[in-house]
Amino acid sequence: MATMQFDLVSPERRLASMEVTEVQIPGADGDLTAMSDHAPLITTLRPGVLKVSGPQGEKSFFVTGGFADIAGPSATILAERAMPVDEVTQEIMDELVDEGVKKRDEARKGSVDGAADAVAKFLGDLVAVGDEINLPVRSRVPAP
Amino acid sequence: MPSLKDLKNRIESVKSTRKITKAMQMVAAAKLRRAQDAAEAARPYAEKMNAVMGGLAKAVGDSEGAPKLLAGTGKDDVHLLVVMTAERGLCGGFNSSIVRLARNRIQELLGAGKTVKILTVGKKGREQLRRDHGDKLIGHVDLSDVKRVGYANASEIASDVLGRFDAGEFDVATIFYNRFESVISQVPTAQQIIPASFEDAEDEADTGTLYDYEPSEEAVLEDLLPRGVATQIFTALLENGASEQGARMSAMDNATRNAGEMIDKLTIEFNRSRQAVITNELIEIISGAEAL
Repeated sequence: MATMQFDLVSPERRLASMEVTEVQIPGADGDLTAMSDHAPLITTLRPGVLKVSGPQGEKSFFVTGGFADIAGPSATILAERAMPVDEVTQEIMDELVDEGVKKRDEARKGSVDGAADAVAKFLGDLVAVGDEINLPVRSRVPAP
Repeated sequence: MPSLKDLKNRIESVKSTRKITKAMQMVAAAKLRRAQDAAEAARPYAEKMNAVMGGLAKAVGDSEGAPKLLAGTGKDDVHLLVVMTAERGLCGGFNSSIVRLARNRIQELLGAGKTVKILTVGKKGREQLRRDHGDKLIGHVDLSDVKRVGYANASEIASDVLGRFDAGEFDVATIFYNRFESVISQVPTAQQIIPASFEDAEDEADTGTLYDYEPSEEAVLEDLLPRGVATQIFTALLENGASEQGARMSAMDNATRNAGEMIDKLTIEFNRSRQAVITNELIEIISGAEAL
């Protein structure tokens, strides 16, 4: 099967660089899977799990914030925070959620349209990821 | 003429100073390598970010609804200068060269009738700027407790800056830092971050690929611009970190060498005076014997 070059970089380091056959990306508008010769696409990411599979087996990464640049033979993911799924701990999730809740409350007070909604969506996505990787954080999010 | 005892004491004191500067130089060398590795590791992200944003900015930049972070507020009356320096001294001209550049810019802007606000990162810059521009300081970011600068630090500074921008506190933001060129050369650099400019990214971005954007060009750009600011600040912080260690390393190398020279000089002086004392004693003995 045709392979494509996959790179996952965070601001602090390059997490992965390898040949893969497909990448499953948590895009802002929904999940998508990119394979070799995908049409050029740039999409923003929502918090989620990024899965790659290729000759070297399958790998999953937890990512938040950033974007994916898919162009023909390569896919580059720039994520503000990224780490292999098995390195994600309950503390990391809790911290992210608490931060999100704080931001949401601040955004509610502010008058910028849509800011609160954006943060609320971010929180919802986080909770969904938490369920997916068995680190539940639902209880930390107070009802609005 | 200092006594033999005094000279001996001074030689001892300079010797221990040399030990300290030598140790500092070696510590700086080790930290420099780590800082350089960190800067190296951050490069792919920053480059990609710049390339994508450059491409996007070109596509969206001229349209009416371009985000303010890109197009600016339409004025350039109020300037925010983010001056990044070290938390510690003893690194040669590192801090003063940044402050000098910032000072020149302040004079220029004030001369042109603009309002200047200053945000300092790092204690040394604040101390130096407080003297004649204390009234313009609007904030300070303290990194003295941070062992290793991470993206989170940059992100905090960025959200502070962006918050002020959203509140309409300034129109143009520029960061001042030292770009790391080599151990002996660090270049003080001023870089405009708001409104974003992508002069160096142009060539790279223009690869001719037509991208689809999801959700839309504007939405992607809106999401990326604040991250771009954070990335630029992060890069600057890392460059600054490497520069600081580089500057400290060469400053301490010089200090060690100077201490060595001083020890040589003092030793010669010490030997001469000792010789003089001996000669004197001999003369006294001989003239005493002759007198008998």
